[in-house]
Amino acid sequence: MPFVPHTEAEIRQMLAVIGLTSLDDLFADITPELRPRSFNVPAGKTESAVLARMEALAGKNRTDLISFLGAGFYQHAVPSVIDALTGRSEFYTAYTPYQPECSQGTLQAIFEFQTAVARLFDMECCNASVYDGGSALFEAAMMAVRHTKRHSIVVDECINPLWRAQLETWHNEGIVHFVTVPHKNGTSDMAALKAAITDNTAAVMVQNPNFFGAVEDFSELFAHARAHKVLSVISVYPVLQSVLKTPGEMGADVAVADGQSLGQYLNFGGPYLGIMTCRKDCIRQFPGRIVGRTKDVDGETGYVLTLQAREQHIRRAKATSNICSNQALCALRALIYLAVVGRQGLMRVAENSMVMARKAVEKLTAISGVHLLNDAPFGNEVALVLPKPAAAVAASLMAQGIVPGFPLGGLYAGMDNVLLLACTELTSSQQVDALASALASALGGAQ
Amino acid sequence: MKSLFAQSVAGRVGYLPEKPEKSAAELLSAHLLRKVEPQLPELSELDVVRHFTRLSQQNFGVDSHFYPLGSCTMKYNPKFTEQAAALPGFTRLHPLLAQMPEGERYTQGALQCLWDMEQALKEITGMAGYTLQPMAGANGEFTGVKLIAAYHKDKGNKKTKIIVPDSAHGTNPASAVLAGYDIVNIESKDGMIDPETLEAALDDDVAALMMTCPNTLGLFETHLPQIVEKLRKVDALLYYDGANMNAVLGQMRVGDVGFDVVHLNVHKTFATPHGGGGPGAGPVGVSEKLLPYLPVGRVEKRADDSFFLNFDYPKSIGHIAPFYGNFGIVVRGLAYIERLGGEGLRRASTFAVLNANYLRVVLQDTLDIPYNRVCMHEFVASAPEGQRALDIAKGLLDRGYHAPTIYFPLIVKECLMPEPTETESKQTLDAFVEALMDAVAEGRDTPEKAHEAPVTLPIRRLDETAAARQMVLTEDMA
Amino acid sequence: MSNPAELLYAKTHEWARVEGDEALVGITHFAQESLGDITYVDLPAVGDVVTAGEDFGSVESVKAASDLLSPVSGEVIAVNEALEAAPETVNAAPFTEGWMLRVKLSAPATGLSAAEYEAVCAAEAH
Repeated sequence: MPFVPHTEAEIRQMLAVIGLTSLDDLFADITPELRPRSFNVPAGKTESAVLARMEALAGKNRTDLISFLGAGFYQHAVPSVIDALTGRSEFYTAYTPYQPECSQGTLQAIFEFQTAVARLFDMECCNASVYDGGSALFEAAMMAVRHTKRHSIVVDECINPLWRAQLETWHNEGIVHFVTVPHKNGTSDMAALKAAITDNTAAVMVQNPNFFGAVEDFSELFAHARAHKVLSVISVYPVLQSVLKTPGEMGADVAVADGQSLGQYLNFGGPYLGIMTCRKDCIRQFPGRIVGRTKDVDGETGYVLTLQAREQHIRRAKATSNICSNQALCALRALIYLAVVGRQGLMRVAENSMVMARKAVEKLTAISGVHLLNDAPFGNEVALVLPKPAAAVAASLMAQGIVPGFPLGGLYAGMDNVLLLACTELTSSQQVDALASALASALGGAQ
Repeated sequence: MKSLFAQSVAGRVGYLPEKPEKSAAELLSAHLLRKVEPQLPELSELDVVRHFTRLSQQNFGVDSHFYPLGSCTMKYNPKFTEQAAALPGFTRLHPLLAQMPEGERYTQGALQCLWDMEQALKEITGMAGYTLQPMAGANGEFTGVKLIAAYHKDKGNKKTKIIVPDSAHGTNPASAVLAGYDIVNIESKDGMIDPETLEAALDDDVAALMMTCPNTLGLFETHLPQIVEKLRKVDALLYYDGANMNAVLGQMRVGDVGFDVVHLNVHKTFATPHGGGGPGAGPVGVSEKLLPYLPVGRVEKRADDSFFLNFDYPKSIGHIAPFYGNFGIVVRGLAYIERLGGEGLRRASTFAVLNANYLRVVLQDTLDIPYNRVCMHEFVASAPEGQRALDIAKGLLDRGYHAPTIYFPLIVKECLMPEPTETESKQTLDAFVEALMDAVAEGRDTPEKAHEAPVTLPIRRLDETAAARQMVLTEDMA
Repeated sequence: MSNPAELLYAKTHEWARVEGDEALVGITHFAQESLGDITYVDLPAVGDVVTAGEDFGSVESVKAASDLLSPVSGEVIAVNEALEAAPETVNAAPFTEGWMLRVKLSAPATGLSAAEYEAVCAAEAH
């Protein structure tokens, strides 16, 4: 039997020590009425048979397409060194570092992750991570509710609708409610966001670049929020954060992100990495695991989980969050990524991705009837308006092996003709040309 | 160990992408750009490799050390599941590809993985349906409580309370509060839920009882049938915390005995790596009456055997994850289940329980075992009179073993909770027992020495009070 | 450390020193000792209203957190801001420098005498 080392002789010896005669006696507490009505799980297979089946299933997924899909989740290069190092089983077969003396590897890595992200976002504190970008936003909202003892959160509709859908599901009306401020043609409606802030507002939440790819400066909005004792929460795209104005510079109180772009694979939706940072004066309401630096009894520097009294295993019903774990291995991937690309490398990834997006825009807007949704500055992603419904156009291009981006009709009212297109440093000029010519002929066919 | 940042050398590069045709300053106006470049480390690839290789060597993991951390099921993580999850056909797949027009055609393999996992979990637990969206166990608990709330709301039930026994994991009350419920704590009697105490706490306001079975003391809740009956009378639902599922695979199916909601921990029961604290996955199973509320999109199968995502469930609670959950973890769990098969899973639980009982009996003269009867996959013990669980735990580290869970559950004093799992051999258990007896003897004979442990690791006991007071959470906060 | 005779005590280990229509509030020696090294004290703001028997804040040590229940009712007119930087003062001097709130009483303060409170502690400590 795989992965169970017991021999028949050992089983007999162990049962004798326990004072039982058969393995079934171990389960005597489970009375007949509680026994399974069926247990028709298919018989086990050999390792090679399982792997062959998994390979067959993986083979049915089309990862060979030319893809301009983004929408918050991007195919950046994943340097091989990340798989090699996170594949060290001392990292991946350990658990939450409850015994710090035998977990310094994990603890120091998380401390370094906290440092690297805090520097990238220009924020004071960072935790060991939460599940994903959506849960980070939700936890930020809950932080603001506890910090301000107010219950309403102003949410910019330019925040990724996938994360807003999570907020909608996760929240409880008795604790927090969301007031969504509509976008203004794909950009934040600053005046409306300000106007939505009232005496009951705990936080205002925005995203940069926003879901449509537009790059904005929220400094003025955040100053307005601060004047009303409202927390400013911003969700950012970590790769572009190497060049864009930082949450710290804008005056944000809490900055969050999905860290997928930092060395994580797309993985059909997860695992990803929820990044959370905050100003020091919000630390008491900060959820999740946090690693701190201290000294041991001999004065050696070491690392421990700290501020644990906020957490569920101590506070139970009064904890800051129910979160119990973090995404430690994903945080490790992000740290190794940031370490190996370094200061210059991360800026280059951002700049190359932005250059490619401009090339794509240039080629595509040269096609008759195709134009940008707005004239806002953009990063590596942009919303294009097509002369025909984007979904139908996308379907026809996909049949030719090109995924032109994500049609927004299902996510925003009145956007049936809008396509959200992303580039990364892995996008090539040839791919952009292939998209442009396929799109031109797909649209030409309609004229 | 010297930090990454301390090793940085200005101008050194590691993995450097090609030089961009234009810089950010040429692409965007200055007021949108950061003023100071991010102070990330500047290192060669080899610097990075050495640093993280050395860091890894400061960890105990299952591959290097016996890791009997109770309630965490630190079983061996088979290597072939890593290989399965690393297939480019999975790792490079954009989740939105499935939601493109006709996108399901391009993602049939991934959708089938999700479908197959759901079918397997349904049969293993006897539940009517599953969502794989929850991204960890606690996230699964929260999802489960949300489903309970949706059910009661839909039925017009005004329910405000959830009952949680004092032996429960701290996540149970925390998850229920997050979903808007008041918590009613009930005391255990003889290590179990007492039907009379439960009866006294039950009224029409009770939405559900959250229970762990076997419970956190490692005991099977023998009053289960009465508990189910009592809850049914007030239309309260029964929640099963699957943290301890590794004890009962093939021996009991939670759906058959009347549970309405269950969350599983794929990283415990189905052997996916714990990753130093995640990522995990926390699928949630439900009984028939809760099916309409499951998160969307649900993976479904057409008559022609093709798979698609169905978002058309008007009563659904919505989206727990942005997509379909921690797919990479689900693939590993599915590969494990297919490798073991039904018989292998049943035997995994059998040997997990055999190992726990063997440890319990051979340790009964060394530790105080408050519930010294046949246990399930783990048991609780107290440090001998006058000794501290913490000292014993640290003594074990010096002897090459990860410590059991300590000081949990809270209702057992100076608590040690070992969970050996099925993948450990009798030889490993015997050697562990010897080490533990040695640590206990040291605590008895030379308590000051026991209090010094560990002395063989890169660092010794850390000043956690200073850590909490000084709050150095990044290199820049010193 | 003995419990000063002039204070009023709560079963939940807080004390009140009544001075005219004001009271100083803190936690007892017994409480600080069972919590261990205190790492953080969360206190209300000046102007907040506290009610006898209801929580007004919390104290944290490394591995524990406890709610603080007010022994008196009234408006908070001062908080001990020194505790933010030096929470260990509560350990060192729970009845003096480790005070937490000054409350303007809205109702006469009631509570246990030192002797009655010592009986509560004795029962808990056994």
